[in-house]
Amino acid sequence: MLDCGLDMTSTLNFLPLPLVQSPRLSNLPGWSLKDGNAFLDKELKECSGHVFVDSVPEFCLPETELIDLSTVDVILISNYHCMMALPYITEHTGFTGTVYATEPTVQIGRLLMEELVNFIERVPKAQSASLWKNKDIQRLLPSPLKDAVEVSTWRRCYTMQEVNSALSKIQLVGYSQKIELFGAVQVTPLSSGYALGSSNWIIQSHYEKVSYVSGSSLLTTHPQPMDQASLKNSDVLILTGLTQIPTANPDGMVGEFCSNLALTVRNGGNVLVPCYPSGVIYDLLECLYQYIDSAGLSSIPFYFISPVANSSLEFSQIFAEWLCHNKQTKVYLPEPPFPHAELIQTNKLRHYPSIHGDFSNDFRQPCVVFTGHPSLRFGDVVHFMELWGKSSLNTVIFTEPDFSYLEALAPYQPLAMKCIYCPIDTRLNFIQVSKLLKEVQPLHVVCPEQYTQPPPAQSHRMDLMIDCQPPAMSYRRAEVLALPFKRRYEKIEIMPELADSLVPMEIKPGISLATVSAVLHTKDNKHVLQPPPRPAQPTGGKKRKRASDDIPDCKVLKPLLSGSIPVEQFVQTLEKNSQLLKYPPAFQSTHHPPVPFLLEQHGFSDIKVEDTAKGHIVLLQEAETLIQIEEDSTHIICDNDEMLRVRLRDLVLKFLQKF
Amino acid sequence: MDPECSRLLPALCAVLADPRQPVADDTCLEKLLDWFTTITEAGSSLLLLQENPCLVELLSHVVRSQDLSSRILSFSLRLAGIFAAQENCFQYLQQGELLPMLFGEVGPLGGAAWTAPTVRSGWIQGLHTLAQHPSALRFLAACGAVDTIFSLQGDPSLFVASAAGQLLVHILDLAMRGPAEGHCSPQACDWPACAQKIVGHIEDSLCSTATQQVTQALSVLTTVFGHCHGLWTQGLWVQLSPLVARLLEKDPVPASHSLVDLLLSVARSAPSSDRGLWETLAQTLSRLSPTQAGPLALGILKLQDCPQALSTQAFGLLLQPLACVLEAAAQAPGPPGLLEAAAGDSMTVDTLLSSKSACVGLLSCSLAHLGLLQPLPQRPSPWPQAPLLGAVVTILRLCSGSAAPTSDVGGRLCAILVGCGRVQRAALDFLGALSQGTGPQELVTQVLSVLLEYLVSPESSSTVLKKAFQATLRWLLSSPKTPGCCDLDPHTQLFLRELLPVLQKRLCSPCWEVRDSGLEFLTQMTRHWGGRAGFRQVLLASEVPELTKQLLRDPESYVRASAVTATGQLSTWGLCASPECPGAQQKSQLGELLHVLSTDSEGFPRRAVMQVFTEWLRDDHGDVAEDAEWFVARVLQAASRDLDWEVRAQGLELALVFLEQLLGQCGSHCPYAVALPETAPPGMLAQALHVLCRVQLFEFAFRALFDCDRAVAQKSCDLLLFLRAKAAPCGSLQEAGDSPNVASVEATLQRWQAGEQGQPLGYLEPRAVIAVLRSIDLEGLRDTLAESSDHVEKSPQSLLQDMLAAVGVLGENEADCY
Repeated sequence: MLDCGLDMTSTLNFLPLPLVQSPRLSNLPGWSLKDGNAFLDKELKECSGHVFVDSVPEFCLPETELIDLSTVDVILISNYHCMMALPYITEHTGFTGTVYATEPTVQIGRLLMEELVNFIERVPKAQSASLWKNKDIQRLLPSPLKDAVEVSTWRRCYTMQEVNSALSKIQLVGYSQKIELFGAVQVTPLSSGYALGSSNWIIQSHYEKVSYVSGSSLLTTHPQPMDQASLKNSDVLILTGLTQIPTANPDGMVGEFCSNLALTVRNGGNVLVPCYPSGVIYDLLECLYQYIDSAGLSSIPFYFISPVANSSLEFSQIFAEWLCHNKQTKVYLPEPPFPHAELIQTNKLRHYPSIHGDFSNDFRQPCVVFTGHPSLRFGDVVHFMELWGKSSLNTVIFTEPDFSYLEALAPYQPLAMKCIYCPIDTRLNFIQVSKLLKEVQPLHVVCPEQYTQPPPAQSHRMDLMIDCQPPAMSYRRAEVLALPFKRRYEKIEIMPELADSLVPMEIKPGISLATVSAVLHTKDNKHVLQPPPRPAQPTGGKKRKRASDDIPDCKVLKPLLSGSIPVEQFVQTLEKNSQLLKYPPAFQSTHHPPVPFLLEQHGFSDIKVEDTAKGHIVLLQEAETLIQIEEDSTHIICDNDEMLRVRLRDLVLKFLQKF
Repeated sequence: MDPECSRLLPALCAVLADPRQPVADDTCLEKLLDWFTTITEAGSSLLLLQENPCLVELLSHVVRSQDLSSRILSFSLRLAGIFAAQENCFQYLQQGELLPMLFGEVGPLGGAAWTAPTVRSGWIQGLHTLAQHPSALRFLAACGAVDTIFSLQGDPSLFVASAAGQLLVHILDLAMRGPAEGHCSPQACDWPACAQKIVGHIEDSLCSTATQQVTQALSVLTTVFGHCHGLWTQGLWVQLSPLVARLLEKDPVPASHSLVDLLLSVARSAPSSDRGLWETLAQTLSRLSPTQAGPLALGILKLQDCPQALSTQAFGLLLQPLACVLEAAAQAPGPPGLLEAAAGDSMTVDTLLSSKSACVGLLSCSLAHLGLLQPLPQRPSPWPQAPLLGAVVTILRLCSGSAAPTSDVGGRLCAILVGCGRVQRAALDFLGALSQGTGPQELVTQVLSVLLEYLVSPESSSTVLKKAFQATLRWLLSSPKTPGCCDLDPHTQLFLRELLPVLQKRLCSPCWEVRDSGLEFLTQMTRHWGGRAGFRQVLLASEVPELTKQLLRDPESYVRASAVTATGQLSTWGLCASPECPGAQQKSQLGELLHVLSTDSEGFPRRAVMQVFTEWLRDDHGDVAEDAEWFVARVLQAASRDLDWEVRAQGLELALVFLEQLLGQCGSHCPYAVALPETAPPGMLAQALHVLCRVQLFEFAFRALFDCDRAVAQKSCDLLLFLRAKAAPCGSLQEAGDSPNVASVEATLQRWQAGEQGQPLGYLEPRAVIAVLRSIDLEGLRDTLAESSDHVEKSPQSLLQDMLAAVGVLGENEADCY
């Protein structure tokens, strides 16, 4: 299984979970059907024309019905965003396999899960809505609830215990490490340049190579750069995790982010940045580190609020081997690789596990707050949205591309604060993909259907799709796709003592062949040729009876033949060689007329040669015999004259090489 | 030649002729050649050689010697050329058989030295200088030099190849000068043998299948028609034009760039009645690819007397790419007249769609060519302003991805152009140029809307943004004035309301280039519209003035400098003030800028402050006028200590403005003219001098007079001369000449002149100032300063001494030991 991400956009259908009692949210009116029926008013609330489920947020799980997940042997994880559904898989499906991921992926993935669990568990909600999920009721609901897919499979968040259990099934791997999977294939993670520890995977046998490219970046940010060279010579390249906002260049967005931040703060407003606790935030802090002095913002406090804020900031500094070259060099100076260390030291950046406790003592405005969750449905961000939403001096700047910002803001309407959308997605865009594919030249590209056509809203943008030759094979949800290659060869090892016994014959310059009799031993998808066991003493009649069961070493060894038969020469020999007819069986046959005696001296005189599409047919008319010579076979058709057939066969063999 | 040089020359020639003595560097040899050129231009070369036999000896030695360096050999060839340029000296050298030995087959031509490009180059340059008279032509013919020049046209060294081509043109011109003078394009059969040979070679090359040879012939011809103006050139064109026309029949047309150059060169020199030429040009336009034909079309349209049909064809060609874009992006059939003459050319469409580079190249060139054409008086008329505006707007929209073409070609164009900075820059430049014309309001609205789109977009790179700001400025400034009202029209007013928040955001950009472009735009806008109520209202309602003030502390010095200039403009128009407390805000601007002047570590912001202050003083800026004396004193005090010479020079500029305000204008044509007829009345002068003494202008000016930077000293000298002239009739002040004060001032000034500027001048009495002004030889100082700083070291004598000293021939080594 390649990755197991969690679709969190389902949470946008739910009401936010406020950390502090919010009269506005608690007083939202219940929703009733057009006919005035209000049986759903406990479950559904209305806010500025939108309807939300008033319940603990639920998540959309990966497809579970197409395959039995208990039969999955291995899960390969690309990056920490692509493992958020792991506890659902490992704890509830009978999964007994192994999960492979790099160390930063696991550590930061744990932080993300921990934060998620914390955000949801610390605001316990008594109510759990399920009535609305009834299909007959769901179709009566307004959009987007009406159109939500597979709501019956939506699940509440996992627990920390499940997280720990899931993570314990992960085996850590390093970049370029080769991992044997049951002898069948070898998998290797490669740096993908997107996030700390993010990987692309190579899945290869001795003769086939499949690359799985997911969430990669060619931009120079904090992680190790993408390893492109190792992706070369792939039979198939599975491509996914491209940028979600192909029209937004991250550099431009960072500029936009800084400008809007500065403008707001200068006006005495506060800035709220809903974000994940790891990833782009490191780059944003680094950018701000350089920017704040030039923009005269040195005195403005920056707050980073997350249950895992401290761990995230510290972890980033210790994963030196997973960082880009510049940051690695700093470690040897020794200096902290990320400048946020200095921001913390100088008290410009402060971090807190939550808005409760120390934060409320230190809190000073105007300020900039980085906090989660980007969906605005849970986490400390809900509090700041409630607190600052009423003032137009404040600004919320969306940097995470995973959620539609308009949908995220829907339960906060009407909203006075300014909203800026600066999605920073460093993953590959279509121009970069095009360059990458030209560089690595896979035989086939396989990708989601969405990448093979322009976005529906911009159907004229032919540049916003994958353009490669041959055209990419696309797939859609729940589609079964046969990858365009067949396993034709297997590598077989030969035991040294058996190898010693081989006597190769050179049949062409540079090509030698040898016959080998051995036992093919196959275990764990490894094939080994072993010396045959000593022939057992033949036991008379049994052999004849069980001929089909004979092991090869007991058969009479026939030489292998090679070469081609020169027809003209062959015919001449037939004509000249009287030996062929020395004891012509025809004399003994009662069915055939006697062959004229003259032939005894000179061989066959009535030979006719016909050319066919595949070779030649030599007709011995008198002998009623036909020799069919083709590239890879020779047939001698000679009714009831076994002797002649054998002689002719021997003549044919004379023209071939044997070994 | 002065005697001292004559004395040094034999030693130098000996050094040059000695292979064991390395010559310092090529620059010395070049200077030496320059010097000999000057001498021979002024007098007889023959006399020079006779008086300095060492020179001929040097040349003789060079032809005999085998182991000379290629540099000396090349130098000698060029030197011989300089001497032989005069016919009598040529004869003199011929007598000694020196010239054939230098330039003939027995010379370096066949030897190992010929492999050095510098020798081949020297040989060509020597011959080029030498070929000035009929004897030279005969010599060239006799020694077979022309054939060698032919082969050097293909020399691997581009310099040599280019020089060979130019030499051929020079020889041809020289050969033709005799017979052609007074005649009208003589027949080819009458031409001198040498000219016939060269023309024959050009003909052969034009018929060659090797593109390189065709290119060589075309570039020689281009030089001929560009530089030779004899009537014979017309005859030459008559003879060669069929061969040139034949090139057009080949597919692909060889050496198209050179062909375009040649045709334009001919077209510029030929009479407008030459129908054949116009036909060839028309044929070329249709034969070349759109990309190749673009420069030709532009060249044709720049011609003064071009037939209408040809210019229509050329203009159509330039318009074609834009017409294709318009057609491809059209949602519905456009209104009639939209570049319809140019539309639908399949070759242009093919080029546009063939590859990204071809598309970008063709569009950028077309836009640039049209941009160059736009301001010319001979630009095609009627100028299709509206369709062009539509096309540029479409291109910009395709580049930004906001256009939604429905056609297949449009879709492909969109995929190619989206995010293409080069086309964006070219289109924005052209759009700016189009602001000079008018357009329907609907289109102008579209233009402003696309400009705003670019200014807003985070995808716009800093260079694109700069162009967008420039184009926006041009469009805004050309916006129509509302009749009967001096304020902005409603559309512009509306646009400004949308623009200011964008500008505000750009001033906060993390990219310094963007902040800088934003400030430059603000400065220009304020300069032009600072007095318009509409603009003032929008600006003051925004945070732009406050942000500009903050940018005075930007970490990037260029941005600080731009912020200073912008602040200067805002302050001039009273736009720094917030409505609550205007006075305090204004005051703080002066303080802020003085702070920048005295503390900024970089020169650019300080220079900008000085320029702003000068402007403020000149324009009677309110705060300055309030206490001009205090202002000038403070500024001069800060400027006098500045390490940047431009700041000090600008300080003198400010001082001059102050002087003019006190004493009246100096000459209107030349601000530093000395002979001023107008003098100030004595009473006013005395008062002014007191003021000048109080602001310590004299101390500043006298210090500047002995400034180590010549430009500052010159400026100060001019200023003091102006002052002295103004004070000329002031008799009552003359008596102070012997006062002790004057003596001490003079003593201090002498020390300053000697470089000891530590001691202050102290308070100066006006009378003492006048006396000192009269005692200093300002005219003499001005003349000295007018000489370049190395005038002493630049003398030939110095050059010879340096060269000799470098090899240790001079007994005393006077080299500086820094």
